[in-house]
Amino acid sequence: MTVNVMTAGEVAKKVINKDALFILDVRNEDAFADWKIEGDNFDYFNIPYFELLDGVEGIMEKIPSDKEVLVVCAKEGSSVMVAEMLAEEGLTVSYLKGGMKSWSEHLEPVKVGDLKDGGELYQFVRIGKGCLSYMVISNGEAAIIDATRMTDVFLNFAESKGAKITNVLDTHLHADHISGGRSIAEKTNTTYWLPPKDAEEVTFDYATLEGGNVVTIGNTAIDIHALYSPGHTIGSTSFVVDEKFLLSGDILFIDSIGRPDLAGKAEDWVGDLRESLYTRYRELSGELVVLPAHFMIIDELNEDGSVAEKLGTLFVKNHGLNIDDEAEFRRLVTENLPPQPNAYQEIRETNMGKITPEEEKQREMEIGPNRCAVR
Amino acid sequence: MEQVKSNMVLDAKGLACPMPIVKTKKAMKDVEAGQVVEVQATDKGSKADMEAWAKSSGHQYLGTIEDGDVLKHYIRKSNDEEKAERKHPNVANNEEFQNKLHANENIVVLDVREEAEYAFNHIKKSISIPLGELEARANELDKAAEIYVVCRTGSRSDMAAQKLTELGFSNVINVVPGMSEWNGETTSIGK
Repeated sequence: MTVNVMTAGEVAKKVINKDALFILDVRNEDAFADWKIEGDNFDYFNIPYFELLDGVEGIMEKIPSDKEVLVVCAKEGSSVMVAEMLAEEGLTVSYLKGGMKSWSEHLEPVKVGDLKDGGELYQFVRIGKGCLSYMVISNGEAAIIDATRMTDVFLNFAESKGAKITNVLDTHLHADHISGGRSIAEKTNTTYWLPPKDAEEVTFDYATLEGGNVVTIGNTAIDIHALYSPGHTIGSTSFVVDEKFLLSGDILFIDSIGRPDLAGKAEDWVGDLRESLYTRYRELSGELVVLPAHFMIIDELNEDGSVAEKLGTLFVKNHGLNIDDEAEFRRLVTENLPPQPNAYQEIRETNMGKITPEEEKQREMEIGPNRCAVR
Repeated sequence: MEQVKSNMVLDAKGLACPMPIVKTKKAMKDVEAGQVVEVQATDKGSKADMEAWAKSSGHQYLGTIEDGDVLKHYIRKSNDEEKAERKHPNVANNEEFQNKLHANENIVVLDVREEAEYAFNHIKKSISIPLGELEARANELDKAAEIYVVCRTGSRSDMAAQKLTELGFSNVINVVPGMSEWNGETTSIGK
């Protein structure tokens, strides 16, 4: 019948609303096994597009007639072809605009809370890849934390809120995605803060972010307190925003904890990781709302699409915070680790400014899940 | 840039998925079984897809060479060589042949696969004469030498061994199955 277009934003809404969707993924089997669009009520059928060049008759019975059908491929071209073939067979289906490429790049802004002086805190959920960025807005000023490379989204959002970006911060040197921090700081002529221990090899100027630093946003002083919390990287720093929110970077997630091995130093950093999680975080108020830099599985999303939980609750529920035996903890975070993120070495070098790949190459480097955690 | 020989060059540069595969599938109809097609593409995703498609359609993906922004994929059209009956009596299996190689004996290893197949994966000591050129180039070989003939599955090497015997070579051994199951050391283009 007809072929419709569905955008990544529309798919994101379906994930958050837990809508039903049937996804016909026509990428090759390895790509599908590695990474796909996750949703609580999504069903899947994977067959590579090149198996369908002679027709779709063979798969018609696999496609339900009572569900919305979305055809997905890497960049769009093959899904359009398959969607048109299905339409010729009488089905009404959609294809994903821009394919998995645009799914990987889609950011969904979700408000996570109000600040004491009337300011707001937003979380940008990169739902296809599991990255989380933040914007603190207060009195016409904004700070951006752990920005992704889709910098326009942040710039436009700040503008729509009438806020001027005054500070850009990264909790650590990222290994799974390319940071947009430096680019935003350059475009807005503001300060880019990085933990110096993660920035020893960077090729650009930055402000050194260290435990005890306070960055003030807006003239009524929304404070961002830096808290040195090494373990995922040697420089990893958490932020306490407005005495209410704990931006935990890649140290603590909702259902998992950070992995210490992405700079090749698992054995050296495991002690730091334990110290950060079991001592430094223990000293903080359990009422703080933990806002991590990633989520791993779609179950970590709250009803409204946000990823947030009280620290006190995580101390009870998060397995990684409940391993009394130090040797067992050491085993968990150094053995049987998930595969490392795609191109993580090149991503680190890009974030250090050592290499500057073209946009297409950057996209390719980021393909796949983020894999920064251990459970 | 190293050159790899092919029977047909297909230009799929500038085309996005699915077109490189669509064009390759069509091109396969225009070449004979066992022949090699070089597909030039700029779509970075084409490598994984070409490999997966070849596997699913029975063709043989040989490898890819990156030449600047251009990816050159080499695909060999499937044929029924596995089913052919082998006739040359003097046969060695991979293991026996590998022992022979390790013993460092004075043997000749003749690889009769297409040049493109050879380019992407071959035994270091081997020399390449594709089956189709063997008759014309047999004079490059010593008739008295102990010659182990390899191909992918043992069929082309069987034909080559028969041909050499006909031409008066006295000590020719067919290696079965050959490179498809070879787990010994190999080398390739660019190494």
